[in-house]
Amino acid sequence: MSDLSRAAVPPERLAPADPAPPDPLPGPAVDTPAGPAHDERVIPLRHPWRWVLTALVLVLVAQLAHGLVTNPFFQWGRFRYWFLRPIILHGLGVTLQVTALSAVFGLVGGIVLALARMSRSPVLRVVSWTYVWLLRSVPLIVLLLFLANFSALYRTVSLGVPFGPHFVEFDEARAASSLVVAVVGISLNEAAYAAEVVRGGLLSVDQGQHEAAAALGLPRRYQFTRIIFPQALRAIVPAYVNQLIGLVKSTSLVFYVSLLDVFGRVETLGSTYPSDIVPLLLVATVWYVVLTSVVSVAQFYVERYFSRGALRTVPPTPWQRLRTAVADLRARARLATGAAR
Amino acid sequence: MSAPAAGNEAAGAVGAVGAEPVSVTVTGAHKRFGAQQVLAGVDLEVPAGEVTVILGPSGSGKSTLLRAINHLEKLDAGHVEVGGEPVGVRRHRGRFKELNERAILAQRGRIGFVFQNFNLFPHLTALENVAAAPVATGRRNRAQAREAARDLLARVGLADRAGAYPRQLSGGQQQRVAIARALALEPGVILFDEPTSALDPELVGEVLAVIRDLATGGTTLIVVTHEIGFAREVADTVVFLDGGRIVEQGPPAQVLSAPRHPRTREFLSRVL
Repeated sequence: MSDLSRAAVPPERLAPADPAPPDPLPGPAVDTPAGPAHDERVIPLRHPWRWVLTALVLVLVAQLAHGLVTNPFFQWGRFRYWFLRPIILHGLGVTLQVTALSAVFGLVGGIVLALARMSRSPVLRVVSWTYVWLLRSVPLIVLLLFLANFSALYRTVSLGVPFGPHFVEFDEARAASSLVVAVVGISLNEAAYAAEVVRGGLLSVDQGQHEAAAALGLPRRYQFTRIIFPQALRAIVPAYVNQLIGLVKSTSLVFYVSLLDVFGRVETLGSTYPSDIVPLLLVATVWYVVLTSVVSVAQFYVERYFSRGALRTVPPTPWQRLRTAVADLRARARLATGAAR
Repeated sequence: MSAPAAGNEAAGAVGAVGAEPVSVTVTGAHKRFGAQQVLAGVDLEVPAGEVTVILGPSGSGKSTLLRAINHLEKLDAGHVEVGGEPVGVRRHRGRFKELNERAILAQRGRIGFVFQNFNLFPHLTALENVAAAPVATGRRNRAQAREAARDLLARVGLADRAGAYPRQLSGGQQQRVAIARALALEPGVILFDEPTSALDPELVGEVLAVIRDLATGGTTLIVVTHEIGFAREVADTVVFLDGGRIVEQGPPAQVLSAPRHPRTREFLSRVL
């Protein structure tokens, strides 16, 4: 390394790698008027209390973790026994099925309701508003129990002109398995909330985008599906995922319409093995945590996809961040060994 | 600088926009927003291939007039014809009947519009912005549209920025993409709504250069702007609008250098 090239490297990169004290007179290329003792670097402000607080929090966390592991109350052995039992996994399957179906139907219903609410027809607007108002007012558990007893109230459900001919007819008693009741009930409820999430997203798109799409003569469907909705999704995704995580857990209510999801299984097993109730609840908790985590990770990537164009540079994934961190460390190590030699 | 003569000569030489330039006629345009009369009887005649610059203080109805031409704004009374065809309405038993949305959208596809705030689609790249409308309206297939979009971006000097998202572009570059997007429809007339008002002074020039290029290419242009120098250089006709009425119109040499109406004189003395 010549003196000239060394001067080009920023001092903070070089200094820690340099084991020998810096040359008192670095050469003609570097001009330091204050002499050899002078260092251009700023000494960062120290934060002693931050360290104290960090230590305190770490102690508390360690205590909590220790208690969680060693407290016999949690019966981790029984937890391990139950965690992957087929009966629990079957319940998990039901939870996933109800969640997935309700999430899709709820979102589709929400989009339809949001469009109705924003349409030019006052009838559609009022109907949509009333639906959202009513369904947000009724507790989900009440709605589910009501639907479960629906077949007693109405023998058949038919679509047609009131007092006139019926086009489609369902035999309620046969159609309404508890899965159908659960999915219909949760979807109806979910759609009301999703409608507001979708509407909020659509409102967040700048009016200029509507005008530009109209001025270009883009067909209406194209305007919505390709221009407005993709931009609205950026605002919809975080709010809807929030909704979705709530949904994962509200599926535990389907137990009350005699559908045995993961919570339902735990509940019934708990009454058969009363001494295992705590580890069984832990099993359910951990499974819900796992589901929520999967949804959260998916959210990151979906959000990243829809941030195209909204951000000048798309944020790196955690994986990419890790790789750059490793590469950075390696480069530093190489610089250090290179400088030592 | 005799713009009309130069324009006609260049039209043969360049002739790049594709579509035949069309005339625009506005008759008795009235528009009211609440208590405010924004347009109070505007009659405007823009011959095919000519450049008309609309000047006027803010609130004089310039933008509303421009937006009425492609039916983004519905007139209370009066009507607009582009290329001899009424916009937003059709003649039916001696009266005008409102068109359905599909027909209006089809008409807009023949009228280019460039916004003050660009209004590019932020989730699409520059190339996708330009190629979207010809594909969506079924005029070209994807490959053709992308090819044409590349040519148009090259024409506005942005061949190397085709893959950039709008937010990665400067204001001047965004507006040039927006102009290319309007050109992709091969419009017979292009409307500019204060195309340089949202730009830093140093970026105004590059956008005006593109518009000047279009003017010499023989496209019908209607430009709302505050750039008096640009109007003087490029316009065939300058229209001065105030209080929803046309106060004065004529060739730039007359309206800008020897205005007859005191309102025009007052306005020019303030902006020049």
